[in-house]
Amino acid sequence: MIPANFDYITVKSLDEALSLLAKHKDDAKILAGGHSLLPAMKLRLMQPKVLIDIGKIKELSYIKEEGGQIHIGAMTTHFQIETSALLQKSCPLLPETATQLGDMQVRNKGTIGGSVAHADPAADWPAAVIAVGAEIVVIGPKGERAIKADDFFVDMLTTSLQPGDLVKEVRFAAPKGKTGQAYMKVRHPASGFAVVGIAVTLTVDGGKCSASGIGVTGVSSKPYRAKSVEAALKGSALDAKSLAAAASHASDGISDAISELYATGEYRKHLAEIYTRRALETAAGRAK
Amino acid sequence: MAEKVVGKGIKRTEDPRLIQGLAHYVDDIKLPDTLHAVFVRSIYAHARIKKVDVAAAQKTPGVVAVYTGKDISQKIGPVPCGAAIPDMKQPDHRVMATDKVYWVGHPIAVVFAENKYVARDAADKIEVDYEELPVVLDEEKAADPKSPVIHEKIGSNIAYKLTAGEGDIEAALKAADKIVRQKIYHKRLAPIAMEGRGVLARYYPGEQELTLWTSTQIPHLARTQISLMLGFPENKLRLIAPEVGGGFGSKLNVYAEEAIMAYASMQLGRPVKWIEGRRENMQGTIHGRGQVGYIEIGCKKDGTITGFRYNVFADMGSYFQLLTPAIPTLTGLMLSGCYKIPAIQMNVTACFTNKMSTDAYRGAGRPEATYVIERAMDLVAAELGMDVVEVRRKNFPEPFGAENPFKVATGLFYDSGNYQGALDKALKMADYTNLRVEQKKARAAGRLIGVGVSTYVEICAMGPSPALPAGGWESATVRIEPTCKVTILTGASPHGQGQETSFSQIAADELGVTVNDCTVIHGDTAVVQYGIGTFGSRATAVGGTAVYLALQKLKAKATGMAAHMLGVDAKTVTFDDGKFTSGGKSVTIQEVALNAHLAKNLPADMEPGLSATTFFEPKNFTFPFGTHICVVEIDPETGEIQIQRYIAVDDCGKVINPLLVHGQIHGGIVQSLGQALFEEVVYDEQGQLISGSLMDYAVPKAAQVPWMELDRTETPSPVNPMGVKGVGEAGSIGATPAIVAAVVDALAHLGVRHLDMPIKPEHVWNILKKNKAGAA
Ligand SMILES: Cc1cc2nc3c(=O)[nH]c(=O)nc-3n(C[C@H](O)[C@H](O)[C@H](O)COP(=O)(O)OP(=O)(O)OC[C@H]3O[C@@H](n4cnc5c(N)ncnc54)[C@H](O)[C@@H]3O)c2cc1C
Repeated sequence: MIPANFDYITVKSLDEALSLLAKHKDDAKILAGGHSLLPAMKLRLMQPKVLIDIGKIKELSYIKEEGGQIHIGAMTTHFQIETSALLQKSCPLLPETATQLGDMQVRNKGTIGGSVAHADPAADWPAAVIAVGAEIVVIGPKGERAIKADDFFVDMLTTSLQPGDLVKEVRFAAPKGKTGQAYMKVRHPASGFAVVGIAVTLTVDGGKCSASGIGVTGVSSKPYRAKSVEAALKGSALDAKSLAAAASHASDGISDAISELYATGEYRKHLAEIYTRRALETAAGRAK
Repeated sequence: MAEKVVGKGIKRTEDPRLIQGLAHYVDDIKLPDTLHAVFVRSIYAHARIKKVDVAAAQKTPGVVAVYTGKDISQKIGPVPCGAAIPDMKQPDHRVMATDKVYWVGHPIAVVFAENKYVARDAADKIEVDYEELPVVLDEEKAADPKSPVIHEKIGSNIAYKLTAGEGDIEAALKAADKIVRQKIYHKRLAPIAMEGRGVLARYYPGEQELTLWTSTQIPHLARTQISLMLGFPENKLRLIAPEVGGGFGSKLNVYAEEAIMAYASMQLGRPVKWIEGRRENMQGTIHGRGQVGYIEIGCKKDGTITGFRYNVFADMGSYFQLLTPAIPTLTGLMLSGCYKIPAIQMNVTACFTNKMSTDAYRGAGRPEATYVIERAMDLVAAELGMDVVEVRRKNFPEPFGAENPFKVATGLFYDSGNYQGALDKALKMADYTNLRVEQKKARAAGRLIGVGVSTYVEICAMGPSPALPAGGWESATVRIEPTCKVTILTGASPHGQGQETSFSQIAADELGVTVNDCTVIHGDTAVVQYGIGTFGSRATAVGGTAVYLALQKLKAKATGMAAHMLGVDAKTVTFDDGKFTSGGKSVTIQEVALNAHLAKNLPADMEPGLSATTFFEPKNFTFPFGTHICVVEIDPETGEIQIQRYIAVDDCGKVINPLLVHGQIHGGIVQSLGQALFEEVVYDEQGQLISGSLMDYAVPKAAQVPWMELDRTETPSPVNPMGVKGVGEAGSIGATPAIVAAVVDALAHLGVRHLDMPIKPEHVWNILKKNKAGAA
């Protein structure tokens, strides 16, 4: 638990952060809440030479709605999301996800930007941001661009961030119409991370599902959208049988399910199906 | 009239400093010029060391010294083992590896540097050339003559074989109507004290004295052993156990790192400190349990047990630590549980494996015994179609005590017990009859509810000296200072149990002072008279008794002094509420205390001062007992297990502080829960520790712990004057079988009779799946 030597720099603006990133390149790491990075450094799994602390950049911490879009700044903590009145009203999936993430200390320090940038295959946010159809807004040497959450997560601990890039915000269209959402998670008994985590958002029209978003984390080396579940739901009734039928596709096409001491891949896939059904039932019950 | 405090659940006097972060653990003690040590440990489970290249490490600026095993392991005596079993094979356990490494985590070299960062950087530069050797991991396969051999000099992996028990087991099994057999695993567990180990050593060349701060449960025993390892005079070695953040048996030991730090501080002339990291803790601090056994239990059709045999392979790890080989013998002692069993036999084959040593972990051999006999009773019940409670009741002895101790076929005499009493109370709390009705209804509705019952007894208050390797007595000195403040020096070494509070309660009542007037000092060999330490649920029953007896001596002297001050015959003096009274006259204990020190008005034959020391040697162990009932519900779709209710009625004799007792029971049940459902030290086929971090090794956290409904019965122990028994390990002994039994019971209608720990949801799901496929 003794990290290697590193330099530590606090920055006050995005520009400063970007120019330092450009200067130090691969030697540098952004420090957000530190709750993934510092443990890795203490184990010397990561040995960055320079830490650029973006915690003091005020312009990165916000939750706001503008023109039908909800924007969450990268430095917004899990706790701020959990307790945001705006989100509780317009997209309760995110606060519900936050309540199930880590413990109070982790939620007070950890950030959504750090979580998506880290791309732990068992992290909670990836499922939720996929479910709500979010874009990850990235700012880099060539300016800003938005990457669909579906494309952002590439593999275990790997995203489509390029050298010199910073996550600026997560943004998505505020759910409209009669919607119901739910996040359900099976916690790993040791780490508390997701063995499976299922984020669901449903839109209901005339008793039928008109649109849905299903994000799955924990099962595979990267979080994914359960497309076959969404397809099965489209236009379907929300009775128990239809939901169960749709949920049975939750792990379709997953060939690299994670196996570790607690749960094999086969069991994870099974849990994904069961918990998708349960999350769908809960979300359907909440749709109003 | 001051209120009596013994029996009251007063809050721990220790807590304010712990909660506020004001306590001083080893790492909080900072000495100027301290060097920091980092170890290089083996990354292989079994390998020959071809070369250790330390040149780059030595050249690192800030590095003061680097030692390899070759440099120092002949300069320091072997790591001690205090247990002896007839014909036991004991490998020469040096403080660091020299030619071979035996487990992942085996220390190979150590760097001392100006700070821990430099030390770690330099340690990373040490290159070790290994030649890998075949590994031995399974304690059962290790005994196979065809297995690779770990210690060439010993020639086989068998450390010892031992048969224990009394009665004619063959005849007993022959006389049975049925014999039930089952293979049972007790997986290795990691003790995971909140504070890992840590050592700070300082040598004073002028005084030729050495002070060692180390996180230990046995300051005096460790001092003796380390002085022997170093060839350093014991009376010049001061060992201090400062605040100790838990031990659970893992610090009832003497470790290589302690001796190495002591040695280095003398060699380097500077204080040296080593603080264990969590990964190191999981690799290099002892593990608990580690047995695989075969049970055979014979019974009559009415449920009467005729005989019980346990053939067990015990995993020693690659070396012996302080008590490694003794742990399975404790299992053997407790195989009778709380039942009349005419014949018992245990056959142990203790084997070396390429893993960290096993040793005492909360319960130390007794949880294994309780688990096998409780599982066996459930298997008998299942075989005979009897209720698990009835089978137990059938084999209970009548309540017993001083006049009629309960003799069991392992050679022990249990001190006192009323097993029916605790069982009845727990059944009532659980509303057991109704639980069974509810269970039936739930089952019919497709819900999986299980009820597990464990009636346990354990052996503690270790113990009479002939039964222990290094003395089973305990010491106390009680001093009344001139201002009538009371100082208690105990040879026990509390590290979370709360005896600073409970010993003060005892003194407060005996002397008519307040708890706040008392202070308890422990853990410093320069201040406290020799003592044995804290383990085996002994500190209150043995150490507390020593305090109690010292107080009696003190009161006798004070009474004599008071009589003299009052000018009356001592026989006429009564002492109550801090006042010595005779006729109409009285003198307070404060006045007596002052007089004892001013010494101007003493009886002719009386020494000044008010201090008494006792060494208490118990005549027997004590045997706490109780009933635990667990109710679980299993998710039929996923196999996930939810504990719905947890009821425990424990009897630890007289209770000094019920809050402390509850704390111990809570903690023990939580550790049981960990063992039953989550915890398992896992080495892969290469001997790599793959459960080596808290991301993988699941210690239960608060949110995973059920509400516990606790109560107690009180059957005093005749072994000591206060009638106390000990409660430090009861929870971790009694709870595991109840939890496992509940899960098994939830699946009983599917033909499940036993499941091995930790019972993971996936395993349950596989059973459910198979059953569904079978039914379809
Ligand atoms: C005890 C514990 C329990 C936890 N439990 C959970 C859990 O149950 N579920 C869960 O999802 N997570 C859990 N976490 C992880 C936690 O959510 C982390 O806070 C989060 O994963 C990372 O966020 P951070 O702000 O701490 O990032 P940091 O640790 O500071 O950074 C993580 C990585 O992202 C990079 N980074 C950070 N911010 C940016 C940015 N804006 N742009 C580009 N790169 C960036 C860093 O360089 C680093 O590589 C747990 C952590 C701990 C310590």
